[in-house]
Amino acid sequence: MKLTNIIAGALTATAMTGLALSAQATTTIQWWHAMGGANGERVNKIAADFNASQSEYKVVPTNKGNYTETMTAAVAAFRANKQPDLVQVFEVGTATMMAAKGAVYPVYQLMKDEGESFDINAYLPAVVSYYETTDGKLLSMPFNSSTPVLWYNKDAFKKAGITKVPATWDEMKTASEKLVASGTKCGFTFGWQSWVMVENYSAWNNLPIGTEQNGFAGLDTKFTFNNDAVKNRLQSIYDWSKDGLFKYGGRRGDSLSMFTNGECGMWLNSSAYYGSIKSQAKFDFGQALLPLDSEVAKAPQNSIIGGATLWVLKGKPKENYKGVALFLKYLSSPKVQAWWHQETGYVPITTAAYELSKKQGFYKTNPGTDTAIKELSLNAPTPNSRGLRFGNFVQIRDIINEEMENIWAGKKTASQAMDDAAARGDKLLRKFQKANK
Amino acid sequence: MLKRVHFNTKLLPFLLVAPQIIITLVFFFWPASQALFQSLRIEDAFGLSSQFVWFDNFKELIADPNYLEAFSRTAEFSILVAAIAMLSALLLAAMADRIVKGALAYRTMLIWPYAIAPVIAGALWVFMFDPTLGIFVYALDALGIDWNYKLNGGQAMTLVILAAAWKQIAYNFLFFVAAMQSIPKSLIEAAAIDGAGPWRRFWTIVLPLISPTTFFLLVVNVVYAFFDTFGIIDSMTQGGPASNTEILVYKVYYDGFVGLDLGSSAAQSVILMAIVIALTVVQFRYIERKVDY
Repeated sequence: MKLTNIIAGALTATAMTGLALSAQATTTIQWWHAMGGANGERVNKIAADFNASQSEYKVVPTNKGNYTETMTAAVAAFRANKQPDLVQVFEVGTATMMAAKGAVYPVYQLMKDEGESFDINAYLPAVVSYYETTDGKLLSMPFNSSTPVLWYNKDAFKKAGITKVPATWDEMKTASEKLVASGTKCGFTFGWQSWVMVENYSAWNNLPIGTEQNGFAGLDTKFTFNNDAVKNRLQSIYDWSKDGLFKYGGRRGDSLSMFTNGECGMWLNSSAYYGSIKSQAKFDFGQALLPLDSEVAKAPQNSIIGGATLWVLKGKPKENYKGVALFLKYLSSPKVQAWWHQETGYVPITTAAYELSKKQGFYKTNPGTDTAIKELSLNAPTPNSRGLRFGNFVQIRDIINEEMENIWAGKKTASQAMDDAAARGDKLLRKFQKANK
Repeated sequence: MLKRVHFNTKLLPFLLVAPQIIITLVFFFWPASQALFQSLRIEDAFGLSSQFVWFDNFKELIADPNYLEAFSRTAEFSILVAAIAMLSALLLAAMADRIVKGALAYRTMLIWPYAIAPVIAGALWVFMFDPTLGIFVYALDALGIDWNYKLNGGQAMTLVILAAAWKQIAYNFLFFVAAMQSIPKSLIEAAAIDGAGPWRRFWTIVLPLISPTTFFLLVVNVVYAFFDTFGIIDSMTQGGPASNTEILVYKVYYDGFVGLDLGSSAAQSVILMAIVIALTVVQFRYIERKVDY
């Protein structure tokens, strides 16, 4: 099924390029993305608006499935010399893309070669730092970025008599106890657990998850997330689950329904679920900053992003790249960014777009929607909170997922599970290092 | 005298088998040789740098306890899927064979699931057994079963086995019914006159006579459980929770297409190919001897 998808995709892409070339003199730019549903339509609108704004270039967006499928399709297309100009790759694929020096065209280089002005300081530091080299050069253009927040059910809070939204894990426990005592089935749950409970937990409490500045400084890196802070936190959550304070609801966003149908009073997951929660929840909800682990840190650092960026691929005709550069400029203009941010719940990538949304009164009419930006820009990122860059991280994240599931199922202690995850992850890091000499 | 047509006897046989040979070469030997070649290399995702590493990929697999676990998991999965799918189909076929009124309607209904794509079948079962939304979960709850296949590996395995077996019952049923229909009625009637009950007739006449079909289905079902169940697992559990439903074929896909680790994925597919060849040889050498045609 997957293979036929890829073949069909490659065929249509080829056919479309052929058609476009013969039909008009404009240069066609292929943009492969992973945005389905409503966001897919928004992507189409951005491309259509750009195409209408000038006549030399035509951006053609194509949905290639989910994040992994899109990345795999681009990789397969590159190997067959049929790659798109622009591809959307999720944040965990960053190291793989970066290591492919012969395949990617760094954004800073592209802007320089095409003589387009480009000021990195216009972008939100917490967003771009994830995709920069250690000396501050931007490799790919951030497109859709989000960060985990604490979603809570205001009605359930009222019923349980909780007046203050939890700001620490201790308060998470007391709030959950009150929720369960007042008849809510479970206190809290979370999704994307490796991202939320290991990667962001560490950044928020300013702890490294690996050596070499979380992998930014080199491929010779090892995991350190099997530290006492992470272990103790996960172990305590498992212990709480025996009293129903926590209930595991599956990977990615699978646990969304547990929050929206009122089963769990709190949910730790991406700010980009704003639209889904708004349409599904029949109760009053709010979002707040992630809880701090007061046993580990005195104050929160900043959270790290998830989401995807646009990578420019090499090997296309020279004239295409001028169009790509112009399109990326258009994409990061305040007007487009503010619209995208307000429609989707993703964070704006430039300070100007954030200011514009403020001026338009968006945060006043939609309270809480600036929680994600506040978390990301709480402090200047440290090497622990800039992000992470590990090879083979798509697989490693699933290893962390697996080992965490072993904790929730009571098969392993948190200490054992995290040690195993780090050991298995280190093996894949060595493998990546070997393959990318 | 008959007129004799003279063909170029040297060339013609080759021409006649050429289409089959070309298809086999292009769709089997060429990909298989590519897999063999890839399994000896380590390559980055984009194919920009590549090294020949001899058997390192295989050595790593053998040293990986998770891979060895996937082996026993696949054996458990395949045996159960084949057994459940074949036994239920046999039971249904035996009963459908005895029905006189409305037999066609029953048979058509029983064959229907075969027309469902594996991914759709998986989605159906997910809807029925979703821990939060599923209909059957209410019933299980009432029975006091704490159902959450997203956390409980045993439950997840049970669910994918049932879904995979259910999907295959229709196919098996079709063959069993056809086989039973081809048994001459006179044999059954003669036995009935001699006083043999339904069970005895089934055991001593029907079962031995359909043994070629049973053997054929055994081979098909094992191959099905090994390869075609990918769609069901992908749509239901993606190999989770932990890796409790990650069977070998899913791991090949996952490591190759999600993890972009082509060397290891190719090595796994070579191992899988060897297993299926070995299984088929064993089935034909040892089990086929017990089959009467």
